[in-house]
Amino acid sequence: MNKPKKKLNGAEIFFECLRRENVEVVFGFPGGATLKIYEELYDIDFLTHILPKHEQGATHMAEGYAKATGKVGVVLVTSGPGATNTVTGIANAYMDSSPLVIFTGQVPTNLIGNDAFQEADIVGITRPITKHNFLVRDIKELAPTICKAFFLASTGRPGPVLVDLPKNIINSEIEFEYPEKIELRGYKPNYTGHHNQIKKAASIIQKAKRPVLYVGGGVVMSGASEELRKFARQNNLPVTMTLQGLGAFPATEKLSLGMLGMHGNYWANHAVNNCDVLVALGARFDDRVTGTVDTFATEAYKIHVDIDPASIDKNVLVDLPIVGDVKKIITELAAEMRGKPDSNGWLGKIEAWKQECPLHYKNGDGILRSGFVIERISEKTKGNAVVVTDVGQHQMWSAQFYKFQNPRSHLTSGGLGTMGFSVPAAIGASFGVKDRPIISISGDGGFQMNMQELITAVAYKCPIKFFILNNSTLGMVRQWQELFHGEKYSSTDLSSSNPDFVKIAEAIGVTSFATDNPDEVDNLLNKAFKITNRPVLIEFKVETEDNVFPMVPSGASISDMMMCK
Amino acid sequence: MKHTFSLLLENTFGAFDRVATLFSAKGFNLHSISIGETEIRDISRMTIVISGDDKVMEQAEKQLSRLVDTIKVVDLTKTERVERELALITVNYKNRSLEEIKNIGDIFRGKVVDINNRTITLEVTGPPAKIEAIVNVLSPFGIKEMARSGKVALKRGEQTKAPKKEYLQTN
Repeated sequence: MNKPKKKLNGAEIFFECLRRENVEVVFGFPGGATLKIYEELYDIDFLTHILPKHEQGATHMAEGYAKATGKVGVVLVTSGPGATNTVTGIANAYMDSSPLVIFTGQVPTNLIGNDAFQEADIVGITRPITKHNFLVRDIKELAPTICKAFFLASTGRPGPVLVDLPKNIINSEIEFEYPEKIELRGYKPNYTGHHNQIKKAASIIQKAKRPVLYVGGGVVMSGASEELRKFARQNNLPVTMTLQGLGAFPATEKLSLGMLGMHGNYWANHAVNNCDVLVALGARFDDRVTGTVDTFATEAYKIHVDIDPASIDKNVLVDLPIVGDVKKIITELAAEMRGKPDSNGWLGKIEAWKQECPLHYKNGDGILRSGFVIERISEKTKGNAVVVTDVGQHQMWSAQFYKFQNPRSHLTSGGLGTMGFSVPAAIGASFGVKDRPIISISGDGGFQMNMQELITAVAYKCPIKFFILNNSTLGMVRQWQELFHGEKYSSTDLSSSNPDFVKIAEAIGVTSFATDNPDEVDNLLNKAFKITNRPVLIEFKVETEDNVFPMVPSGASISDMMMCK
Repeated sequence: MKHTFSLLLENTFGAFDRVATLFSAKGFNLHSISIGETEIRDISRMTIVISGDDKVMEQAEKQLSRLVDTIKVVDLTKTERVERELALITVNYKNRSLEEIKNIGDIFRGKVVDINNRTITLEVTGPPAKIEAIVNVLSPFGIKEMARSGKVALKRGEQTKAPKKEYLQTN
């Protein structure tokens, strides 16, 4: 005989599910529709609830946490505006395949569709920007739905999953039962690569004369960094990385070509365009990587490893697709290798390209430059910090000049390009990573998009270094205006409207410094890194007219890089 | 080129919307869509007609498969298939044209399902090309209203590879 189980209300079930999913941190903002959940939260001690200043901040925080730790980031917001404020953050997580579960409050089921107070059809709104979403219409469905949401968010190609929770469902009661196992008959991600395809790939790689590994965020996500390093070193294979792949392979190693693509390294782009075998690992041939696809790596035999079958042949037609988990596949690929390719001549050629056009910035004129600042930060932290960047010129300079040593160290908004990402994402990361410094780098424009979250950093004493590269302009837009739009600097000059960042930070309670002097940079960095129990901010006043080079103009071939204006 | 996809879909809240959203999100060119129940209670079958080149079709098939609520996607264009569409067509008539319209209906094996002093409504089923043909022939009489079901389709022949009912039902 089964004993009758104790009845739990929706809020109790909610937290019981979170406990079983090992959730440690929730980024949330309360409201009318989630009052019952917050009532229950009052007595919950197994997780920390972080209160941001804005729901967009909560979503970016959860993504920063997810990207830094590999765990699922959890967001809890109320209905209506609470829910719609998460939209940008959800779209960002969708584009960068970050595992998030977003819980939104909803008006009671009998009011849905009535234009009730704080009602928004968030399930409809987020349908194209979530991996999947749910509206819980029956208390019986609550636990299985939460269980499915975590499963979907974290497996296969990860992504955000939204669960909409009507108020009356949360207020009702049922005997709690946690599904031991969930089965979704329409969702069966394939983890094991096709063996014969892998064998074939190995035989092609070992015969290659000019091989290149093109590594994307998938390698970081599947935790395949170690396997990649071994595979590349054993077989003498040069590695180029996408923006999201940075850190998968140490930047300082000889085999590392750094980043490729629109603002990628000269030698990386030339290597990709002249290689005879291109092995894409957890990368998706994004337009910022390929430039015009007609001229992209035309001579190369292309092998594409990806967990998402829809990524295969989406942008670039490949010769050998392998669908599965990149970690498993690299391991198997390494085991199948029967000799290494003779790539010494090729590596020499790449080295010559590197000597021909190394990355550089102007120096020696007493003017502070972003490239220099990033280089000093990289030196100071020995490439071991978690660097969270925003979107724009500083993001590209960080990708170029910071020497990333570890995976899950470069957190940035890649696919969507969301300005305002860095400040909240760094805060989120700080709740997951305790053993490495966390650095947020923003431009002056992006910083102002979510600078209210600095207050959150102070409230929770997040030991984050907030660095602003202030060039008094929306730099990347300005760069395009200069190069392609007749130097018509429409609405990009911020020099007269920028606030005094140091005063703002101080008003919030953040120790802050500013400088425009290259000689002071090391000194200020030393000061900032001595502070380890609270946030600190440095405003670097840098040159306005510096541009990011190399640059592949939009729609051009990646061999047509501009090295200067 | 037009392709016909047959989808088995979870019969759940939002499953249809998710397929529909895909067309705007991915920019696919949708011609017709029809959905209805199947022999299994919680599964619906959707027949979709999309046009585009081979690359678009491959993406469409993958994107449709990728939806969590999609259980199976088959591109019927690659196989022998039965295709049917139903149309209800209301046409103006005058005394002298009534016989002619009824004759056309007979030729297309249609049925008169409604008539009043001014209009007559025909029901026709058949492959979409046949529906096109009767529409063309009836146009000169003045079509007042028309409703078409969109195409439904199934593979021809014994379905040895169809998903097993037991499998679909047990989990």
